Amino acid sequence: MSAGPSKNRYHTLVVTVENKFGVLARVAGLFARRGFNIESLAVAPTDDEDLSRITVVVDVESAPLEQVVKQLDKLINVVEIRELHPDHSVERELMIVTVMAEPDRRDELVEHLDRAGGKVLSVGTDAMMLSLVGPPARIDDFENLLRGYGIIEFQRTGRVALASLDGPGD
Amino acid sequence: MQMDGGRALIRALEEEGVEVMFGLPGGAILPVYDPIIDSSIRHVLVRHEQGAGHMAEGYAQATGRPGVAMVTSGPAATNIVTPLCDAYLDSTPLVVVTGQVPLPAIGTDAFQECDTTGITMAVTKHNFLVTEAQDIPRTVKEAFHIATTGRPGPVLVDIPKDIVDPKNPRSAMEWTGDVEMDLPGYHPRTGVDQSAIEAAADLIRTAERPILYVGGGVLKARASEVLRKLVELSGIHVVTTLMARGAFPDGHDLCLGMPGMHGNFTAVTAMQEADLLVALGARFDDRVTGRIDGFAPGAQIVHVDIDAAELGKVRRPDVAIQGDCRVAIEALVAALAAGGVGNVDRTAWRSRISGWQERFPLTYEPSAPGDRLKPQYVIEQLRDATPEDTIVTSGVGQHQMWASQYWNFEHPYTWINSGGLGTMGFSIPAAIGAKVGCPDRMVWAVDGDGCFQMTAQELVTSTVENIPIKVALLNNSYLGMVRQWQDMFYEERLSEVHLSQDVPDYKAWAESMGCVGMRVDSPEEVPAAIAKANEIDDRSVVIDFRVAADEKVFPMVPSGAANSDIVVPPSQEDQER
Repeated sequence: MSAGPSKNRYHTLVVTVENKFGVLARVAGLFARRGFNIESLAVAPTDDEDLSRITVVVDVESAPLEQVVKQLDKLINVVEIRELHPDHSVERELMIVTVMAEPDRRDELVEHLDRAGGKVLSVGTDAMMLSLVGPPARIDDFENLLRGYGIIEFQRTGRVALASLDGPGD
Repeated sequence: MQMDGGRALIRALEEEGVEVMFGLPGGAILPVYDPIIDSSIRHVLVRHEQGAGHMAEGYAQATGRPGVAMVTSGPAATNIVTPLCDAYLDSTPLVVVTGQVPLPAIGTDAFQECDTTGITMAVTKHNFLVTEAQDIPRTVKEAFHIATTGRPGPVLVDIPKDIVDPKNPRSAMEWTGDVEMDLPGYHPRTGVDQSAIEAAADLIRTAERPILYVGGGVLKARASEVLRKLVELSGIHVVTTLMARGAFPDGHDLCLGMPGMHGNFTAVTAMQEADLLVALGARFDDRVTGRIDGFAPGAQIVHVDIDAAELGKVRRPDVAIQGDCRVAIEALVAALAAGGVGNVDRTAWRSRISGWQERFPLTYEPSAPGDRLKPQYVIEQLRDATPEDTIVTSGVGQHQMWASQYWNFEHPYTWINSGGLGTMGFSIPAAIGAKVGCPDRMVWAVDGDGCFQMTAQELVTSTVENIPIKVALLNNSYLGMVRQWQDMFYEERLSEVHLSQDVPDYKAWAESMGCVGMRVDSPEEVPAAIAKANEIDDRSVVIDFRVAADEKVFPMVPSGAANSDIVVPPSQEDQER
C-alpha cells in the first residue's frame, strides 16, 4: 500500500493477483458480499504470465478504503495491492462508440474528435464509429458531447493506470 | 515413486499428521475411499455430511489440531456448506475434501455435479479445485498451512474423480515426498510492532477503569497461560466472550464472566463504564457491543488481532496491534514488567465492580415444590456433578446461553459452541468430534429440543463407532429463544415456535439409536439421573430433561439497544445501578 489517503470519492487500486481461474470471481465476490461498490474494473495478464493485474476503482462512500484493502489482502491469490494517487499516476480509458452522424454534421463531429485526440473507425450512411483513448475525465466530456448527436451504441473499457515515472501525472 | 492420485491424497493427509477424519463416501470420491482401508487414519462414518463437518469442528476446537472431513460431490458438498460457514465465522481450522465429477464432465450439469468451489468461496478462508494428480500433495500441504496459520479457518479441496481413479491415466503421478508450497500472496504475520506494545502499556499504566476484553483469538493462539500472567501482573478485570469461555478461569477473582446480549450485568456494565478496553483476539461482534454508537462511550481501545481487517472494522482503536495474541500478550507482559504497571489507585473502580456483582448476580427463580423443572437448575447440577475438565458443547438458543452463564469454565478448550453463525444442531456432532480428540475426557452436549431434532441421528454414529458422549436435552417443547423474542418484542404473539414435549419420544429415540435414554420431570430426579449418566462410559446417554417452557434468559440487551439499556431479571429491577 503506497500513497496516503485522498479526499476523492473514487480511489484507484492496482491489485496484482495470481493468474489462476476463479480469481476474478473471488475479487468480485468479495466486493459483493462486503457491500463495497466498484466504479470500474479492468483485468488483463501482465508481462509475468503467472500474474494478472486488476485495476479497480472503488467508491469509498460504500466502505472505508482501508477496509477494502485489508479484506482484499486476505484473499490468498492476491499478491500485492497499491493505491494510485490521481496526482501521481497516469490513467487511461478506451471508448468506442457508434453515433448518429448525418452527412451535414460529420465535419463538425470530426473536428471535435480531432481536438479530443480520437479516431474514426468506420463511416456508415448516417452514422460513424469512433474511438477515443484518454483520461477518464476527457472520456466523460466527450461522451456528454456525443449525446447531442445521438449515441447508438457505446462501450467504455474501465480505467487502467500506472504510477507516474516521476513528478505529477496528467 | 509412481502412485495414483487417490493414494497420494491419503498419503498426503497422513504426512500432515491426520489421525482421524469424518466423512461419508459417494460416487465421485469413491476412488479415495479404497486406500482408506489400508491407511493409518481412522475414518468415522457419519450419517449426514453436516455431522462430518461439525465433528471436525468439535475435534479441532477440543484439540487445537485441524479437523478433517471428506465427502462426495453435489449434495454432499452442499450439506457441508453449513459447517464450513460455521468454521469460517468462528475461525476454526478445517480441511474439507470433496469429490467432484471428472474434469471433462465439469460444467455439463453431470450427475451430482455442483460448483463446489463457487458455492464455498464466500464461506472458506480459501478453496482449491485440483486439476492435476501431480498437484495433490502440494495442494494438501497448502490447505493445511492456510487452515492453521494466521487467522485459522476452513479450507476446501475439491478433487475431480478422474485424477484419483487408478483406472484413469489422468490419475498417474510421481510421489516425490518433497513438495514446496507456492503461495505468493499469503504471508501471515506473527510478530508484533514493539512501539504499539509500548503505547498499549502506557495506556494500561494510566487507565483508571481498564477491562481486558478477551475473545476466541486468545484460545486459537494458545495464550491462556500468558493471559493469566498479564492479569495477575496488571490486576485488571477480565471478561471472556462466548467464544473465549474458559480462556481465563471463571473462578478467578478478576474474572467477570461473559459480556454481551446475554452476558452478566457486571461484565456488560464494566465494559460500558470502562475508560480502557484491551481487546485481545475479539472482534467487537454486534452480540457483544449492542448498538455500536452507544458501546463503551468513554473507553480508549487497544485492539490486538492477527487479522488486520478486524482492526478498525467496527470500532477505531487508539492502539492497533496486528499479530498473534500469545506473542502480543507476552510482549505486553514484558513491557509492563520492565516499565511498571503504573500507580493509579483503582480502589473506587474495584468497589463499583464488586457492588454490581453483589446486586446483580446471575439468578433465576428456583422451582417451588410441584413446579416444573428449571433449565438453569439442570445446568447447575450438571456443572457440580462433573469433573472440572469436562468438555461442554452446546447448540444454539436459550440452552446455549444458560450453559455459558451457569457453567464454571476453569480450563481452556472445555467449551465448544457455534458462536458466529449460530448453527442449531451443532452440539451432538461437535461433542462426538471432541470425544474422538479427547477420548479420556467426559464430554457433555447441552442441547435444546429444537436443536436435537436437527442432528440427533449422529448418535447412531456415536454408538456404531463407539464414541460415547452424554446429552443433556433441555426439552421445553419450544424454539425457546425465538419464543422469548416473541414474548418480549411481539406482544406474546407466538408464531410457529411450539414443538412438542412428547413427540418424538426422546427416550425411545435415544434407545433406538443404541444410547441409554432417561426422562426427568422433577428437580428431585436430576442428581440421580446425572450420576447414572456419569457412570456409563461404554455408550452414549441422553437425558430428556422436561423443563419449564416460559423461562427466559436474563439479563438481556434487546437487539438494537445500547448495552446501558440491559434488561435484568424481574427480581433485580429495583436494584440501584
